[in-house]
Amino acid sequence: MMIHKFLLGMSMLLPEQASSYAADVDNLYLFLVGLTVFFTVLITAAIVYFFVKFRRRANDPIPAHIEGSVLLESIWSIIPFIISLFIFAWGAKIYLEQYTIPNDATDIYVVGKQWMWKFQHPEGQREINEVHIPIGKKVRFVMASEDVIHSFYVPAFRMKEDVVPGPNRYSTVWCEPTMTGTFHIFCAEYCGTSHSAMIGTVTVMSEKDYQVWLSGGAQQGTMAERGAALFSQYGCVTCHKSDATGQCPKLEGIYGTEVLLEGGQKAVADDSYIRESVLSPMAKIVLGYKPLMPSFQGQVSEEQLQQLVAYIKSIGPAETPAAAPKAGAAAPAAKAPPIMMSGSPEPAPVAPTTTATTPSPAASSQPVQKR
Amino acid sequence: MKSAISQQRFNRDGEPQTYLNNGHGLRSWFLTKDHKRIAMLYLVSVAFFFAVGGIYALLIRINLLAPNGLFESDTYNRIFTTHGIIMVFFFLVPAVPAVLGNFLLPIMIGAKDLAFPKINLLSWYLYIFGAAFTVIAVIAGGVDTGWTFYTPYSSTYSNSNVLLAGVGIFIVGFSSILTGLNFIVTVHTMRAPGLTWFRLPLFVWANYATSLVIMLSTPVLAITVSLLAIERVAHVGIFDPAIGGDPVLFQHMFWFYSHPAVYIMVLPAMGVISELIANMSKKNVFGYKLVAMSSLAIGVFGFLVWGHHLFVSTQSVYLGIIFSFLSFAVAIPSAIKVFNWTATLFKGSISYDAPMLYGLGFIGLFLIGGMTGLFVAAVGLDVHLTDTYFVIAHFHYVMVGGSLMGFLGGMHLWWPKMTGRMYPEAWARAAMVIQFVGFNLTFFPQFILGYLGMPRRYATYPPEFQVLHIFSTAGATILAIGMAITICYLIWSLKKGQRATPNPWGAAGLEWMTTSPPPTENFYETPVVTWEAYDFTVVRPEDVTGMAAE
Ligand SMILES: [Cu+2]
Ligand SMILES: [Cu+2]
Repeated sequence: MMIHKFLLGMSMLLPEQASSYAADVDNLYLFLVGLTVFFTVLITAAIVYFFVKFRRRANDPIPAHIEGSVLLESIWSIIPFIISLFIFAWGAKIYLEQYTIPNDATDIYVVGKQWMWKFQHPEGQREINEVHIPIGKKVRFVMASEDVIHSFYVPAFRMKEDVVPGPNRYSTVWCEPTMTGTFHIFCAEYCGTSHSAMIGTVTVMSEKDYQVWLSGGAQQGTMAERGAALFSQYGCVTCHKSDATGQCPKLEGIYGTEVLLEGGQKAVADDSYIRESVLSPMAKIVLGYKPLMPSFQGQVSEEQLQQLVAYIKSIGPAETPAAAPKAGAAAPAAKAPPIMMSGSPEPAPVAPTTTATTPSPAASSQPVQKR
Repeated sequence: MKSAISQQRFNRDGEPQTYLNNGHGLRSWFLTKDHKRIAMLYLVSVAFFFAVGGIYALLIRINLLAPNGLFESDTYNRIFTTHGIIMVFFFLVPAVPAVLGNFLLPIMIGAKDLAFPKINLLSWYLYIFGAAFTVIAVIAGGVDTGWTFYTPYSSTYSNSNVLLAGVGIFIVGFSSILTGLNFIVTVHTMRAPGLTWFRLPLFVWANYATSLVIMLSTPVLAITVSLLAIERVAHVGIFDPAIGGDPVLFQHMFWFYSHPAVYIMVLPAMGVISELIANMSKKNVFGYKLVAMSSLAIGVFGFLVWGHHLFVSTQSVYLGIIFSFLSFAVAIPSAIKVFNWTATLFKGSISYDAPMLYGLGFIGLFLIGGMTGLFVAAVGLDVHLTDTYFVIAHFHYVMVGGSLMGFLGGMHLWWPKMTGRMYPEAWARAAMVIQFVGFNLTFFPQFILGYLGMPRRYATYPPEFQVLHIFSTAGATILAIGMAITICYLIWSLKKGQRATPNPWGAAGLEWMTTSPPPTENFYETPVVTWEAYDFTVVRPEDVTGMAAE
């Protein structure tokens, strides 16, 4: 009870604990606050005592020489070392929890750009500077940057991860919201003029409200469906044939599996691998295939890329179907407004919202097989 | 060895001979090879940049009074960048070594000068030259990348004067390297007879360790800045992923210098604190050898922890855990120092004069700075804290609470030696207390702000953070008043201060065995050292009182 009251008092000094690991972070924090108070009081008390007791008086003799003490010095070397080891282990345990992404997490795709956050749900909903997620479900954020480094930070979740641009990686981080409400999203890595305006909100909803919300803004298909459209629009399908007769590897069932590469290395066909294969295909060549594929860097937008990833994921092996079945459930009502948007005055400038209508000129003039 | 007072020589006008009246006019200063005059040149320069950096700090605090900010975001971004660059590269790094180290290191080891006096002067000119580039960058419209220059923002996206500022930092780095080189050679080759390594004052040990760190890390800064310039000018893909580079590589390289740079900034100040505590309590430093070795340990471990700045930069989880472990390891030598300083006070004869107050201020603030270092070293907690005001508060407790308190404490302790005048004691004590209060009011609320999630480098912020920001700005105002008082009375004392005796504190150390201010050659006869460091039995009463015992 005492502890509870104390924590209530502290709540002014702590953000809401809105994720499964928020309390773990706070416990370590409060422990360290206690430790700091303890050592500060200890040292201050010693200094004040010495200051009064040994203050300089007129005609003080020269104080006696005291060499030091191996025993004392060992004590105050070893005790802090042991305490440090303990804090280290505690911190590392939390870190592993924060960055070990559970297999059953639902993906939300995030694009950071100067200066906004764009979100795509597998079901097809798109949002800007605002994202809705259900309570009690594990969510994985798969994030890419269009320009500089940003950092996706939700203080209420104690969750932060840099979003680093580059062809070979998605930044991923996860959380499980435990409290409904609306919480800040901040960009935590300085990214230029309007860095402090690159903020938004995450709204955690009950499962029921979330389903209502999902069915509200009907979309032009799920992410996987749009990805499938892109897959043929960009001509990928001519080469990556589903019957494995193409010049390039078959992609059905590949997601999440281990791929053998030229040179004897292996790679896991995860989101980052697929992204890298599209943007810099020469980086990892699958064993037994020729390096034929051109780079699509600058031709596919980050959001389209995420849709392609979602598509390849949806045709992955049966045991990791994450996006596919849910996407199917939400798909039917494919009519009304294209984007759910709030907060930002700018519309999404890069990606055309309807992927099928405007084939990229680059894509049509550069048939995939010709390289 | 005869007392300093009995050795005093006089020039033709009947004035005591000192380094200050040996030569007049600008030429005698700007072409001097005397380490003491070069130290004074540095003092004027770093004081100027400290004042400029301080004004920029106040502008930051003024902007943050209102949630929407009082300046345009672009303006604010330039303000905090300028504050960071000036304070780090043009004040904190050179302050203690180039001013106090330059002045005292040769005297403390009984030498007439540093090993390479001309190179010493060159290093000051490099500092000024580098500073000029940075000042031009600021006048020409400023830089908006933050002092950390993260890519690809700095290399591709920023349209501010990154290149000019980079050139300035590149040049000033060589100034540090030359000073470090000079110190290392001097300590190795020019110690007075009998002055063995373990008889050296701890200030010399601290500067020696710092010099090693400077020599080993600063070239990496030069390389990093050069690569950044190459990418910016020639568009060679090094850090920008759009042209084949890796932005995180920049962070590794930058922090490989900049984490050790934290110790470049704080180690010499720790050396000052050892001198302050010992001399103002007339006690030898408790566990001298452990304190000396802990400086070296900090220097070595400091090179192994740069990755703790990248816990959320997509670096591997296991790398994060290793860097976390190493960061805890580097905390131990700092903890040892704090305990040993405290133990030094035991059975001492403790003076309440300003240098001691600064020494205590250092211990208190560095204690909080160091303990909060454990928060950010704990990797799972740092995920929440990094890039927030918690980190800002943490490193200001270390840099301002540590380095600045150490620098000011040292300036007060050695002011009589450097200028031949006493500062006004009552004013100094009052100013120190004002600074201490102002400092805590400025930065303590920032720990809370940070834990609540306030990110750093935000020109605007959600309204719920305003109250704490107002406290912080109020504190900064008090701190500025405290600093202004110190600057005023120190300048005043140059002409009006009471004349100093050779050893006004009754302190131990060779610098107190020569006149105040010392003559150009420091000592008229080379001292022969037969005593350990901090042996107060060899202090001669006539040097303290200034009355020659005839
Ligand atoms: Cu940002
Ligand atoms: Cu560091």
